[in-house]
Amino acid sequence: MLGLNGRDTTLLVIVAALALLAPFILNPFPTDSGLAQFNAGYPDLMQRFAIFGIFVIGFNILFGLTGYLSFGHAAFLGVGSYAAVWIFKLFTYNVVPAILFSVVIGAIFALAIGFISLRRSGIYFSILTLAFAQMSFALAYSVLSNPKFNLTNGETGLQVYADDPQMFHGDHLPNLPHLFGLSMRANYEMSVGAWDFNFNAGYYVCAALLLIMFYLSMRIFRSPFGMMLRAIKSNQTRMTYTGLNARPYALAAFVISGMYAGLAGGLMAAVDPLAGAERMQWTASGEVVLMAILGGTGTLIGPILGAGFIKYFENIFSKINDNVLHGWFAFLPDGLEDFIVAILHPFIGKGWHLTLGILFMLVVIFLPGGLVEGGQRIGRLFRRKSGKDDAEKATQSTPAE
Amino acid sequence: MSKSNLTRRGLLKTGAVAGSGLALPTIFTAQSASAFINDPTGGTVTLGFNVPQTGPYADEGNDELLAQKLAVEHLNGEGDGGCLNTFSSKALRGNGILGKKVTFVTGDTQTKSDAARASAKSMIEKDGAIMINGGSSSGVAVAVQGLCHEAGIMFMVGLSHSNDTTGKDRKANGFRHFFNAYMSGAALAPVLAKEMGKDRRAYHLTADYTWGWTQEESIVASTEAIGWETVNTVKTPLASTDFSSYIAPVLNSGADVLVLNHYGGNMVNSLTNAVQFGLLDKQVNGKDFKIVVPLYSELMAAGAGENIKGVLGSMNYNWQLDNEGSKAFVKSFGEKYGKPPSNSAQTCYSQVLLYADAVERAGSFNPCAVGEALEGFEFDGLGNGPTLYRAEDHQCFKDVLVVRGAQNPTSQYDTLEIVEVTPREQVMYPPNHPMFGGDAASLGECNDGA
Amino acid sequence: MDAIILQILNGLDKGSAYALIALGLTLIFGTLGVVNFAHGALFMIGAFCAVTLQKLLSLSYVVIDETKTDFMGNPLKVQAPYVEKWFGPEIGEAIINWSVPLAILFSIPVMLAIGVAVERGLIKYFYRRPHADQILVTYGLAIVLQEIIKYFYGANPIPTPAPPAFAGSVDLGVALGFDPNAIIYPSWRLIYFAFAALIIGGVFSFLQFTTFGMVVRAGMADRETVGLLGINIDRRFTIMFGIAAAVAGLAGVMYAPINSPNYHMGMDFLVLSFVVVVVGGMGSLPGAVLAGFLLGILESFASTTWATTTIPGINQVIIYLVAIIVLLTRPRGLMGRKGVMED
Repeated sequence: MLGLNGRDTTLLVIVAALALLAPFILNPFPTDSGLAQFNAGYPDLMQRFAIFGIFVIGFNILFGLTGYLSFGHAAFLGVGSYAAVWIFKLFTYNVVPAILFSVVIGAIFALAIGFISLRRSGIYFSILTLAFAQMSFALAYSVLSNPKFNLTNGETGLQVYADDPQMFHGDHLPNLPHLFGLSMRANYEMSVGAWDFNFNAGYYVCAALLLIMFYLSMRIFRSPFGMMLRAIKSNQTRMTYTGLNARPYALAAFVISGMYAGLAGGLMAAVDPLAGAERMQWTASGEVVLMAILGGTGTLIGPILGAGFIKYFENIFSKINDNVLHGWFAFLPDGLEDFIVAILHPFIGKGWHLTLGILFMLVVIFLPGGLVEGGQRIGRLFRRKSGKDDAEKATQSTPAE
Repeated sequence: MSKSNLTRRGLLKTGAVAGSGLALPTIFTAQSASAFINDPTGGTVTLGFNVPQTGPYADEGNDELLAQKLAVEHLNGEGDGGCLNTFSSKALRGNGILGKKVTFVTGDTQTKSDAARASAKSMIEKDGAIMINGGSSSGVAVAVQGLCHEAGIMFMVGLSHSNDTTGKDRKANGFRHFFNAYMSGAALAPVLAKEMGKDRRAYHLTADYTWGWTQEESIVASTEAIGWETVNTVKTPLASTDFSSYIAPVLNSGADVLVLNHYGGNMVNSLTNAVQFGLLDKQVNGKDFKIVVPLYSELMAAGAGENIKGVLGSMNYNWQLDNEGSKAFVKSFGEKYGKPPSNSAQTCYSQVLLYADAVERAGSFNPCAVGEALEGFEFDGLGNGPTLYRAEDHQCFKDVLVVRGAQNPTSQYDTLEIVEVTPREQVMYPPNHPMFGGDAASLGECNDGA
Repeated sequence: MDAIILQILNGLDKGSAYALIALGLTLIFGTLGVVNFAHGALFMIGAFCAVTLQKLLSLSYVVIDETKTDFMGNPLKVQAPYVEKWFGPEIGEAIINWSVPLAILFSIPVMLAIGVAVERGLIKYFYRRPHADQILVTYGLAIVLQEIIKYFYGANPIPTPAPPAFAGSVDLGVALGFDPNAIIYPSWRLIYFAFAALIIGGVFSFLQFTTFGMVVRAGMADRETVGLLGINIDRRFTIMFGIAAAVAGLAGVMYAPINSPNYHMGMDFLVLSFVVVVVGGMGSLPGAVLAGFLLGILESFASTTWATTTIPGINQVIIYLVAIIVLLTRPRGLMGRKGVMED
């Protein structure tokens, strides 16, 4: 079906189901319960899950398949956002042209930077991309935001002002990004008993694109082109000896992943019409690397898991504070309670960077395949155990016979 | 085939959701019963405190958070009541806001526009916050103010000094308690003229982003008005950590005053470097060389250590201010946390009280009603002396402090001493001042999110 | 002319820090073949060694001063350092003032220990893994280290002044025949430069003139053969990692008076120092030093008014531009060996 084999189709169906039912899945706790703070099913975070999912899927096409570690991918996300906001400013709040334009701009930037950076590989490639991204950040943050030539609006971020031309903006249209009149912020809240579920237009636009992009990446992974990219990773020299020029393939992968990043940037602007320069900083690129590694590079589903994990961490875990902890451990004797809270204190709330860093190191050290590998190992463990149980049952049952 | 069915079903589902979205064109979540977004229904009301908790401004954010927590306590009638006893408006009675107990949620801005908007959105969408307060940079303030305006939530701007926040980027749903770059210039200029004379030559180092530019523009204008000459204005990249190559040429430029339009870590380093170069020991044009840091904060003073001795600057508030409101606030803050409050702490504390008071006076949480109650509001007793929230641009007008690095501080808390309290008439400007967006700047329509 | 000399001095001064960090980086790369993204964090920890020693030396007891009041109106509690009680006020104060130079002694064992611990505990498992994995795990380590420092010391910079004797500036211009005030330079920065030269010289002579250094150099050239000769090269490489960490740490200690240390200063230097290593040539020690000073000088000249008015924004991108140009035209760097990491 759709040119996929059975397993991949199952995976696609699972991802589709997860994406479409996210408002339910991410809001498992009743709104007024103490656990409600672990709910992630509010529009902004769901949108981020989908957008960063797209971003990391694209990054994974480059890093997971070819092994080229780009430390400057956030630059493409940034230019994508700027491109989209400029469409909003000049032409229309409709997200379709904005998103298309951001993909095109992402592709152009990726082509230019990739063409130069891919002349080197390994650490040199990483440093080249890092250098380009830092240059873009510096330019966007101050140089290109001077009053005479204000392309990026610097620190504040590019936004739409009331006196912008917006040539094709009609009075009947929402004064916010919209899809042919459907505001990206349009939200329907469904209350079922103690639960509230949010269905948000912006999220479903992102989720639909996530599915398309996931499908595309599947096709790339399974295609001869994907095979070629894997060949670059495993042994580029041998590939060259067989008479193949690796660079065009690597460049194609780079541009594709740049387009994914541009799309993600465009979507970020579409759900929230502001483009900030911080999106391009090298630490933002580092975050994408973290997501890909945590989830599992080179796997299909890994990047989505990694993106979800880190965004959940950033937005939910960072809000756990001492009061919450005291609430959890209130059943313990006072001294013990304080002791446990004191031990956990550095790792929670504003210490989430520390926890993230430790987790990340553990994953790189023990689980090079990321969460996906972890899942597989656990799965194997259970399978083996249940297999053993069966065997035991068999041996036990024999004498009874 | 089952799969195509599934996709079709998925599409249908999306369609249905989109349809219902169209049928109910609500922006953000809004219960159909309420007239405006996040109308608190139960016995509690939730405020959102959005401050930097990670990144270089984490300590400043922490200070803001301490003050906000204290304000919530006082609103709920716990503790000693602080400024509730000195506030000129007596609408607050220590029983929460409109009888509802005040609770709060916190978010981490990371001092990045993006992250700040994300955490603000999460507080609005998930936690149902009715007001957002805090922040420690103008870029973040403008970004979050825009978001709150679109969403229909009140935004009480935290620390933000750029003219733009209540200038060209002013918004109907945002109010600023902090002073701004123009006021710094207006307050500093007379003191500079008195202390350094009227024929000085100034050299500016300016952080190369929006806030730096507005401050440079303001200080250049106000110092040239007292007769100073501007020798050079040099932009320094925000990411700079070492300013030696910008400071080395200063002595040979013929300038006898160095103005550092830097904030936070930038200012700590540029001032440290300038002192290392011995600028303060030199004489140029027959006068003692001087350094001016137009915007001071307690944390910057702590970071720069000994180097701030004798260096002039301006502040929004200082705990040494001698008025009833200030004393009451310093007392309850000091008793609870064992240190005097910083000016960012005072800003956030007063804003939480002011918001609550405005709700009480308006009798409603509706942001438009609250905004109306705050517009043109004159009050006293929150620590800054008589204060006005101007209706035209939502900028707060109050006395501005000119401070100087103390020569002999007795403790780590009095490293800055107040030189002069510049009366607010001196720092007033028309709402359509060219530095503030001119006639084009507009607050826009008040939005209640309905 | 004086302006040019000033900017060259600035460049040498900036370059000293770059060269010291890059020297350690390239030492680690040359010996262990590991790309260490945590090197900036080691530099930062060095600076915090100075902060820590300063805090330790100024540990205080409380004296109540009845004549003054604190912010609450209570009698003022004055912090009196123990060292002033033990050694008398003058010597005590001098000890505190000299805490940065003293921290050099304090930091060497600390940094060596941290270096060896990091190598034995973490890095050694990554020799056979791809460079990408090494980058990632050390990047994670860098985050963890800086968050730990932030937890204990906060996010605000902590002033760590130089001894009063070196706090001022020197008028170099007079000695060279310029007008007074033409070339003024801070004493501590001059000391920093001299100190960097000393350390660099020390590391080079250690590698050049000791048996240990000879073995290490042989190991850098051909690890397997040296191993086959029955020499425990691993243990020596571990020590080299410790030395590299100590060099970064010393660079940090001495940098503390120049700019007040904060927890993210390592990340600020990290990208730069990688650029330096790449420009100098991966694994080339003289290359790292040369590139460090060169880039420092280039950066200083790029930030002059003349340069920024000619090409706006040049001061923000110069380092990256140089890196890109070098990598594209001479990938092995200025002094890299032919064939080493050239693709």
